[in-house]
Amino acid sequence: MTQTSPYILEARGINKHFREPVDFHVLKDISFGIEKGEFVSIMGKSGCGKSTLLYILSTMDTDYEGELWLSDQLVSGQSNKALSVIRNQHIGFVFQFHYLLPEFSVIENVMLPARKLGIKSPRQIKLDAEEKLDLLDIGYLADQKASRISGGEKQRVAIARALINEPTIIMGDEPTGNLDSKNSENVFDILKQLSIEKHMSMLVVTHDLDFANKTDRIIEMADGRINGVPHPLHS
Amino acid sequence: MNWSVILGISKTHLLSRKKQSSIAALGVTFGIGTFITLASFMTGLNGLLDGLILNRTPHIHLYNEIAPSEQQPIDLAAEFAEGFNLIRSVKPKQSQVRLHNALPILGQLRDNPEVRGAIPQVQAQVFYLAGSIKLNGLVFGGDIMEEVRLFNMSDYIVEGDAQSLARNSNGIILGAGVADKMSLKVGDRIQISSVNGGLFPLKIVGLYQSGLADIDNVQSYVNLSTAQRILGEGKNYISDINVKLFDMELAPGMAKELARQFDLTAVDIKTANAQFEAGTDIRNLITYAVSVTLLIVAGFGIYNILNMMIYEKMNDIAILKATGFSGTDVKMIFISQAILIGTIGGALGLFIGYLLSKGIEQIPFETDALPTIKTMPVNHDPNFYIIGIVFALLATFFAGYLPASKAKKIDPVDIIRGQ
Ligand SMILES: Nc1ncnc2c1ncn2[C@@H]1O[C@H](COP(=O)(O)OP(=O)(O)OP(=O)(O)O)[C@@H](O)[C@H]1O
Ligand SMILES: [Mg+2]
Repeated sequence: MTQTSPYILEARGINKHFREPVDFHVLKDISFGIEKGEFVSIMGKSGCGKSTLLYILSTMDTDYEGELWLSDQLVSGQSNKALSVIRNQHIGFVFQFHYLLPEFSVIENVMLPARKLGIKSPRQIKLDAEEKLDLLDIGYLADQKASRISGGEKQRVAIARALINEPTIIMGDEPTGNLDSKNSENVFDILKQLSIEKHMSMLVVTHDLDFANKTDRIIEMADGRINGVPHPLHS
Repeated sequence: MNWSVILGISKTHLLSRKKQSSIAALGVTFGIGTFITLASFMTGLNGLLDGLILNRTPHIHLYNEIAPSEQQPIDLAAEFAEGFNLIRSVKPKQSQVRLHNALPILGQLRDNPEVRGAIPQVQAQVFYLAGSIKLNGLVFGGDIMEEVRLFNMSDYIVEGDAQSLARNSNGIILGAGVADKMSLKVGDRIQISSVNGGLFPLKIVGLYQSGLADIDNVQSYVNLSTAQRILGEGKNYISDINVKLFDMELAPGMAKELARQFDLTAVDIKTANAQFEAGTDIRNLITYAVSVTLLIVAGFGIYNILNMMIYEKMNDIAILKATGFSGTDVKMIFISQAILIGTIGGALGLFIGYLLSKGIEQIPFETDALPTIKTMPVNHDPNFYIIGIVFALLATFFAGYLPASKAKKIDPVDIIRGQ
């Protein structure tokens, strides 16, 4: 099922309920789109449903109503196996907390998604991973064990890992939450550069207004709805 | 599926918990090693016991049983056919124990392609005389070289050898018990007196020890012609024929056929040794039951360790799934860990089992009952090694399957949210 749309990622009427412990309508009629190369931030009070939305957009959560489109392809309803391929190839995810495999070295962590994808040669993957680490100023950590580096360093390794397959879109759930302002700025610059040079789209949940103000567009969320700036293409 | 990545991940997982992984592998090693040792030793022992009885027992034994005939003359008379005929105190006819047409029977048996060999025998009741001692005895006359070929006779000749009997028509291979009681040794002479009173001086060319005292205290071996002379009978007097087949399983059918065809008694090895076979079966059963139990215990060890591992690795599983590994990939990561543990532990188990059974083979084991055995019997059957490794792989696969399926179902969102 395909359909041409100006968006790389589009949510159409997404609703989600949590049924435990009581029925809770957490996301209500969420519809919006992100264009290629666009840098979008999501802001909203704690508990308004930002992370929940991001899990749906990243295809990890499939328990929702509505449609999710990625690169003119309907994602909703696809098998888990197909979804894992989509995540591997098209979506880079950076979590609120650094999520690395602690027993693997930094560079192995970065290489894993590319090795799973299995398109490039192992040599090429290694070179790419080194390049991504250098981009984040942590090339010197390549052979360290992931469990032996600082929190801020882990966060940057996670970003490098999200970049390795050059995905269509990078999603971040407070990716700079654990960083000081200098590092936070640095991460913003890197993401901005990627969106301009490689036309990757960015969708970042943040509580940092300075950070959000520098992005192309801010989506405001409250009580499970997005309000505020409607997208120009929509009206 | 991208195996090099999956195996790489499971290798790192295993190596980063060396202690747990080695304990799991050692469980398998222990199970398989014990299985190999136990199976090799137990079947070695079985083989020995089989040899003790079965190797020496003819597959079919032909002879004439002295028994009252089943049909009395009155049964044949037409005028009494309707009546209820009762004859009391029926006695067997005074008939000879000789086989009537032994030579044609032998000829026919030897032409049969299923038959490995058929040996004519003459049994003679005698007295052994040396000095003033007089002992009851039983002399077997037969073809000693055929006995060696078919019934491993040479294993039981503890002194002297079979050839010297074959060469010496006045030789005798004396039961070891008889020799002991009469203080005789190889090279000495012994007088044999037949039931009819004839005296035959024979030269002792060897000593025979079967391991069964009842036999060794009574039996001796001579050439067929010697036994015929002792009985005062001619060249065609034969009391027994012992048949060995290529396939023991055919014995019961063939025995029936021979009994019918030649009107004689034919006992097959299966009937003669039924309880013996049951004993062998039970020993095999015990061997397998113990080994399977050990392997199942090892399997539970692996199950436990993998289960624990999966709880520890929840975060890893969530990350792998979030970055594009499918549920099946994750499942394979854990199953391959189980199989790696099984392969390494199993291979080590085969090796340990081999060493242990080699060790057992060195333990001295000497008994009068088994003159040719000097050490513990061990059966190095390659099949045990194949069964062992296959079982190790199967057991670890199943032990890993359940935890791995659980890992496949883990929802990454639950884990990430829980952080
Ligand atoms: N598994 C769940 N079952 C029931 N309710 C849940 C579950 N997960 C989240 N919620 C509720 O859904 C709402 C949205 O949660 P979510 O994590 O999306 O908030 P958020 O906007 O990301 O908040 P924060 O800014 O603090 O990260 C919250 O009120 C939360 O209590
Ligand atoms: Mg959140």
